[in-house]
Amino acid sequence: MTATAPTGTALPTSDVDPFSHEVLEDPLPMHAELREAGPVVHLARYDVYALARYAEVHAALVDWQQFQSAAGVGLSNFRYEEPWRPPSLLLEADPPRHDAPRRVLQKVLGPRALRRLREGWAADAEALVEEVLARGPAFDAVHSLAATFPLRVFPDAVGIPQPGRENLLPYGDHAFNAFGPDNDLVARGAPRVAELSAWVNAQCRREVLAPVGFGADIWAASDRGDITPEQAPLVVRSLLTAGVDTTVHGISAVLYAFATNPDQWQRLREEPALARVAFDEAVRWESPVQTFFRTATTDVRVGDVVIPEGRKILMFLAAANRDPRRWSDPDRFDLSRDPSGHVGFGMGIHQCAGQHVARLEAEAILTALARRVRTIELDGPTVRHHNNTLRAWESIPVRVRVD
Amino acid sequence: MVATTPLVPAEATEAATLRVTAKQRQADDVLTLELASPSGGRLRDWTPGSHVDLVLPNGLTRQYSLCGDRWDPHTYRVGVLLEPGSRGGSRYVHEHLQVGDLVGVGGPRNNFPLVPSEEYLFVAGGIGITPILPMLRQAELLGAEWRLLYGGRRRGSMAFLDELAPYGERVVVRPEDEYGLLDLAGFLGAPREGARVYACGPSPLLAALERACADWPPYTLRTERFVAEEGGTPVRTAPFEVELARTGTTLTVTPDVSVLEALNRIGVEVLSSCRRGVCGTCETTVLAGRPDHRDALLDDDERDANDCMYVCVSRSRDERLVLDL
Repeated sequence: MTATAPTGTALPTSDVDPFSHEVLEDPLPMHAELREAGPVVHLARYDVYALARYAEVHAALVDWQQFQSAAGVGLSNFRYEEPWRPPSLLLEADPPRHDAPRRVLQKVLGPRALRRLREGWAADAEALVEEVLARGPAFDAVHSLAATFPLRVFPDAVGIPQPGRENLLPYGDHAFNAFGPDNDLVARGAPRVAELSAWVNAQCRREVLAPVGFGADIWAASDRGDITPEQAPLVVRSLLTAGVDTTVHGISAVLYAFATNPDQWQRLREEPALARVAFDEAVRWESPVQTFFRTATTDVRVGDVVIPEGRKILMFLAAANRDPRRWSDPDRFDLSRDPSGHVGFGMGIHQCAGQHVARLEAEAILTALARRVRTIELDGPTVRHHNNTLRAWESIPVRVRVD
Repeated sequence: MVATTPLVPAEATEAATLRVTAKQRQADDVLTLELASPSGGRLRDWTPGSHVDLVLPNGLTRQYSLCGDRWDPHTYRVGVLLEPGSRGGSRYVHEHLQVGDLVGVGGPRNNFPLVPSEEYLFVAGGIGITPILPMLRQAELLGAEWRLLYGGRRRGSMAFLDELAPYGERVVVRPEDEYGLLDLAGFLGAPREGARVYACGPSPLLAALERACADWPPYTLRTERFVAEEGGTPVRTAPFEVELARTGTTLTVTPDVSVLEALNRIGVEVLSSCRRGVCGTCETTVLAGRPDHRDALLDDDERDANDCMYVCVSRSRDERLVLDL
């Protein structure tokens, strides 16, 4: 790949495909090249504008007035193209329509609302860690922990029934692929879209949801008129779409980070209160959600470049999270760093509404592991899982020594 | 020539202090203030119905509804009525506060959010027009049916009539000296599903609305009551101490730094994200002392519990706070 600025223009252009398997396997060199090319780069293949530096990505994320979401936060422009499902009332909405659903969900998932879950999740995490360790010192950190724990606690917290929960990960995987181009990853998920969507939509119905849980809380908000009864199932759908894969890959990220940085694991062992910082540092370092798009609502000037109204802008959250202009030694996973301000959860009015849930899950599992596991290291070749939006692992074989 | 708007990098931290950039008379005894960041940065986002706490240079804190344009991220506008019995809040704003002065700002918080509806019936009494004003544009954008009944003592005392004029017949202006008391029943019509009544004004008006809406479906009426101007406790502008219960450390927080910054300076890590009192990441348990809440997250009951604070923006009302750190 080359990023070049033709003579006489301020806009560098690149022919890179950020959604190719080569890049998805290791996007870091592309991130570095796009950051160095300039504050904004034209991606010729998709005819979109790319932001890869922290300052510009952060500024675009918070500027909902000029960078809208309602035209889709993927490559597809909803002004001209039909979305593959009814748009999200949160992720794919702008003020004023975004206001009421956001307010409801933010309260349902707020830090104060999560206090009642903390003790139970800590016990669940300890039980899972005991189960895994009882089977032996070598296991797959993705399958045994990262993909297991969120699926144990989160669907219960939402209040969906047991049958069919295996559909959650494939549905989320497809939803995040669908933000990218119509490539082989999207094609691979297409045959099951109708079936998975029907299952997910069925879980959002009031009569299916448990009487206590995030789902019931969302429906209760519709009883008060804070959102409409038509909106309630779509808000529940947002939980089921965005709340599973992301935490699975976030927990995978932090486990991989520790397995490859033994000194940092020792640091966590000595100071277990660092679990929260560790997870956010891993979200910065790995950026489980790599990218989102926005659409310009007006002609927006970035540096010397004007992005015309109506055009798509690809924000590389992952590149911003390792921008040396913002972070010192950005490629290092370092618990002594303050990762605050990373854009791995986004920023502004669309910032991840489930971030406190994700932190609580990760804190529970890391705390339980740190209590029992003296060392954790890789025990074989790791395998990436490719997704157009997510940075994910298929397999992280590890071997641990316990106290 | 193409008009373009530059993408301005956001500030790393948000000063809780804004500068008065305009002070304009709107009606007899009503003026508006415009506020902006001294550095020109974006202000915290808000939704119609929100209010901010203004910490005036005389140390008093007063709450004012935002009545500007949320699509302008750099300016807040508030309307201020000179209250006859004012002991230093609105009187200070009217008589002493000048363009260029700095004021502390908490929030915005919204206890009066506009919920989705097919039809809105807005009722404003006097300065109660301020939270309603941005709701009108919102209702327009949402394509909802709406009407406004706006009462006041005299036409000359009613603010924003010029801004309401373009809405035509949907706005019914009823000064009391010309029309007498507001005809609420006539304005509301028969009870029906699918409508929301939003009202802000003096207590007798809201009480009358509660009676008028008694036969309407539940949750139809949403009100914001003026809090009568009280003396209030001046907020602490002096330094305060923060004791960290787990480590036994005590530090002093001076007015120029946030609690979060003060903690970071002595190497105490508290995870944060937005640093604007919006996201909730830096929630910290308070064991003793009363926080001076400046966030946009806690509602009134949660504030009064004094059991947690967002250290990126909130401060202390007492000389000493004890945190679970």
